[in-house]
Amino acid sequence: MVTRGFFSGRRPPSDTDSRIPPGQYLEQGFPVLSAGPTPRVRTEDWSFTLKQGPKPLKKWNWAEFNALPQSKMTRDIHCVTAWTKFNTPWQGVLIDDILADAGIEPPTAYTLALSFDGYSTNVPTKDLVTGKAMVALLYEGKPIPPDHGGPARLLVPHLYFWKSAKWVNGLQFTDRDEPGFWELRGYHMYGDPWREQRYSSDP
Amino acid sequence: MSAEPSPQSPWQAATISRIEKRTPRVTSFWFQPSRPFAHLAGQHVDIRLTAPDGYQARRSYSIASAPETGGAVELAIERLDDGEVSPFFHDVAAVGDEIELRGPLGGHFIWEEGDGGPILLVGGGSGVVPLMAMVRHRTLRNTAVPVALVFSARVWDEVIFRDELIGLDDRRDGFDLVLTLTREPARRPSDYSRRVDARMMAQAVERLPKAPRLAYVCGSNAFVSAAADALIGAGVPAGMIRTERYGV
Ligand SMILES: Cc1cc2nc3c(=O)[nH]c(=O)nc-3n(C[C@H](O)[C@H](O)[C@H](O)COP(=O)(O)OP(=O)(O)OC[C@H]3O[C@@H](n4cnc5c(N)ncnc54)[C@H](O)[C@@H]3O)c2cc1C
Repeated sequence: MVTRGFFSGRRPPSDTDSRIPPGQYLEQGFPVLSAGPTPRVRTEDWSFTLKQGPKPLKKWNWAEFNALPQSKMTRDIHCVTAWTKFNTPWQGVLIDDILADAGIEPPTAYTLALSFDGYSTNVPTKDLVTGKAMVALLYEGKPIPPDHGGPARLLVPHLYFWKSAKWVNGLQFTDRDEPGFWELRGYHMYGDPWREQRYSSDP
Repeated sequence: MSAEPSPQSPWQAATISRIEKRTPRVTSFWFQPSRPFAHLAGQHVDIRLTAPDGYQARRSYSIASAPETGGAVELAIERLDDGEVSPFFHDVAAVGDEIELRGPLGGHFIWEEGDGGPILLVGGGSGVVPLMAMVRHRTLRNTAVPVALVFSARVWDEVIFRDELIGLDDRRDGFDLVLTLTREPARRPSDYSRRVDARMMAQAVERLPKAPRLAYVCGSNAFVSAAADALIGAGVPAGMIRTERYGV
């Protein structure tokens, strides 16, 4: 449906068109969205736990976690509130390297990412492995600011950005695909920006 | 002018039925959806504008009207001069226009009478919009749930819904309005003239008969960060604070 009188000049340059999913616009800044206050997590108090159901598999403190092999990823990110930001540079530990350090193969097909503020979000395990996702420790080469999820946030850049849980403190493998915080509140279980899976009513 | 959206499409055409300027920079638009829906106080809708070449822009806007009002939903849109979508509403949109809308959306930043109270609402600028829906919901339900609203605006003339809010405050029925103007002296004895801080939040908490059960904070990202930190500084537990950030 064409909107009467809407002729925006804000079209993305045509060479970038193919990188912007449907319904998204290109953003130069880095907006902040979250459900509650920004937790200030001190790295002394930080830890990261891998769990299967309620059972802890392995836990790292900040120094141990930072000693794991680190990788860099520069990716386009897509927020469900319709902005897309190109070429965001992150550094952190690939989920593959976390699993390798724990000496395990992914035990189940589904995962819940857990955060210090009680937030959680579900991601199929296959979307976290084979180099697809990391626990990011640096943004643009510097510690991630608390507003953007520091000291550490999950980075799953091929899904809408609410799946990249801020203030992440663990991954919990689950037998079933269990909805996380936003998924219980009407957001999509998978969240593929290229299929515009924003809300639970989207196919 | 439009093809009917397919029954499965979450998008629907809504007709602008009324437009009313609220402040120099904020105007309310009432949208009559072709398929009316029920919403909860605090929810938002998404709006989608389409150019003749198919280019689309979409944004979220909170619903200002109470669930009880029914019919057209009120959105209060602030004009950002260099924005893409808000100037369209202020400069182009007219009564009778059809706009695509989807919703209601959001399952976190909501308050229903049954959730109880007391509740503390903290809004900055157009961030007052979803809080207004909660205040109106409270009024129309005729409940005694104590509610305090701290509303930060730059100047007196930018206090959105000012007359309505002051009218509700004057009823002294458990709704308490605290205005804080960041660029002008306070006009009412109970008001402030500075940015929100922990002392102001502590005094707002004291206006309630007992500690708030929930606090709702909405506005720009900078405002929400400052206000949420101020609430924590005033002793409100982080787990009781719900935020809605307008992004920029
Ligand atoms: C859940 C939710 C509810 C909301 N409710 C309301 C509401 O009730 N009322 C309301 O007024 N707003 C509300 N908003 C905000 C609204 O969605 C829009 O963000 C707002 O109207 C601005 O849109 P715009 O297209 O006019 O501006 P945009 O074009 O999005 O621009 C926003 C700002 O960013 C700057 N900017 C844009 N593009 C660039 C660029 N390329 N480079 C540098 N700077 C840039 C602009 O200068 C402008 O100041 C809500 C947002 C959310 C997420």
